[in-house]
Amino acid sequence: MKMLWILAMKELRDGFRNRWIAAAIIVLGILALTLSVLGSAPTGSVRVSELDISVVSLASLSVYLIPLIALMLSFDAMVGEFERGTMMLLLTYPVTRWQIIMGKFLGHVLILSIAIVVGYGGAVVILTLVTGSSTEGWPAYVMMMVSSLVLGAVFIALGYLVSVLVRERATAIGAAIGLWLVFVVLYDLLLFGALTMDTDQLIGQQLFSMLMLVSPTDTYRVLNLSSFEGVSEAAGIAGVASEAGLSGALLVSVMLLWVIAPLMATLLVFQRREL
Amino acid sequence: MTAPYSTSQPVISLDSVSKRYGSETVVSAVDFKIQSGECVVLVGHNGAGKTTLMKLILGLTRPTSGNVNVFGSNPAFTNAVAQHKILGYLPESVAFYDAMTGREVLAFYARLKGVSHRGCERLLESVGLADAARRRVGTYSKGMRQRLGLAQAMLGNPQLLLLDEPTTGLDPGLRHQFYELIDALHKQGVTSLISSHALSEVEARANRFIIMKAGVMIASGTLDELYLQAALPVRLEVSVTAGQASSVINRLGTGLTIDAIGNEKLHLSCFNGDKMPLIRRISDLGDVVSDLQILPPRLDEVYSHFMNGERS
Repeated sequence: MKMLWILAMKELRDGFRNRWIAAAIIVLGILALTLSVLGSAPTGSVRVSELDISVVSLASLSVYLIPLIALMLSFDAMVGEFERGTMMLLLTYPVTRWQIIMGKFLGHVLILSIAIVVGYGGAVVILTLVTGSSTEGWPAYVMMMVSSLVLGAVFIALGYLVSVLVRERATAIGAAIGLWLVFVVLYDLLLFGALTMDTDQLIGQQLFSMLMLVSPTDTYRVLNLSSFEGVSEAAGIAGVASEAGLSGALLVSVMLLWVIAPLMATLLVFQRREL
Repeated sequence: MTAPYSTSQPVISLDSVSKRYGSETVVSAVDFKIQSGECVVLVGHNGAGKTTLMKLILGLTRPTSGNVNVFGSNPAFTNAVAQHKILGYLPESVAFYDAMTGREVLAFYARLKGVSHRGCERLLESVGLADAARRRVGTYSKGMRQRLGLAQAMLGNPQLLLLDEPTTGLDPGLRHQFYELIDALHKQGVTSLISSHALSEVEARANRFIIMKAGVMIASGTLDELYLQAALPVRLEVSVTAGQASSVINRLGTGLTIDAIGNEKLHLSCFNGDKMPLIRRISDLGDVVSDLQILPPRLDEVYSHFMNGERS
């Protein structure tokens, strides 16, 4: 445990040193503030609260942004150290390969949590103070922050897998962008296309639910848009998830599986790797 | 450390170790043992397999066949943690996290080894980096990186040092300082395995040499042993009365080779078996000979013999 902490602290310090954390905070903070301010305009006299609107728009945008940030943070984690030669020296210290991966993971998740808590959290605190709006929608907002972190963790883990599999940093960048495109854009596009063309309703409710669970970004979306009544009303999809048979616990477990599986795969590849 | 290990066992033992990458054999059936407290130098051209041997000993890579044993256990992969606590390694071209300062780098490695921070300052000072400790490692010169590399290898008083080309990039003063440090550690009973090109520097320091050529260990032993194995001629320097050099040669007869004749100095060589008869004959010459020196074997001669010649 102490080893994990030492390795995590090194990553965290790197994050502060290269202004990574600062940049991520600014991006997420501005995004949250802008969307909240803009989003509060059209609520009018509808029953939904401003925060619920924010959760809908932020969750929709986080789906794009959080994976991108996470992949940028993680694609270099293994291949960069192999390429520069620092991994060889690190492995001659009394650390196991398992500890190296988990220490990095802990550090990168910490970096992302600081960015999310300060960026998203700071924005909503400022908004509440300025507009004096109610704190009614906070649970949904906090849940959005936590699930964004889990989504980030998924893509950090996927980034490591890419990073340990390739031989060059340039390949890792390409593969990371590919991963982002597939999970964030292409999968949804294909699914949407399939649904549109599926005039005979071959894709039933059950299959569709399964398909939503295949992509971690969709799982995240469903989780955020359906877990709180106010939010699903604001998103206009009230009751969709419960009808689809996707409970919150199931969605969360699927996301956690998406964290664990790539991490285990990374470890397996790393264990076999000879330097 | 946890492994049951006693000092009577060899610190490192390689038992017909081979390493192949694809069809290329990098290390081929290498056998050697290094006892506790020994200072062994690995010599060989680039690509002779020296670095691969180090990596095998460190458990960074696994042998294709044969057994590697370090401190009584297999260094391969996951179970190497206990060994790594008491081991220091300097890679051939050492790389660090460039964004960190020299002090931060050393402190990071010290934490991983469970060593207190106070030792770090002393180490930085001993390698002459105290003034540069606050600078980013990315701004360091090659020599400074090498010195930082030495400092990290010394962290936590290791019992085994594996140094891959430790003096490349060091200026003569630092080289000298480095070998003094190695001597001091050696006196404390530290075992070390050093790979080097700088034959003249290491020949006085090492107990033993291992000569590698294209992945094969072609010779191993002390300098004297290697000299005998190589059957290189013994070289003598004879000082004679001025002008008597040629008459001395006539009187010595056969069983020797004349390397050079000066006015007062004669350089002779002979096979090891002819050495004592020749010395007796020289001493029988009387006052004409004022001095006789047997020149010590030199590592570079031995090395080039093994490199160029057939396996003897």
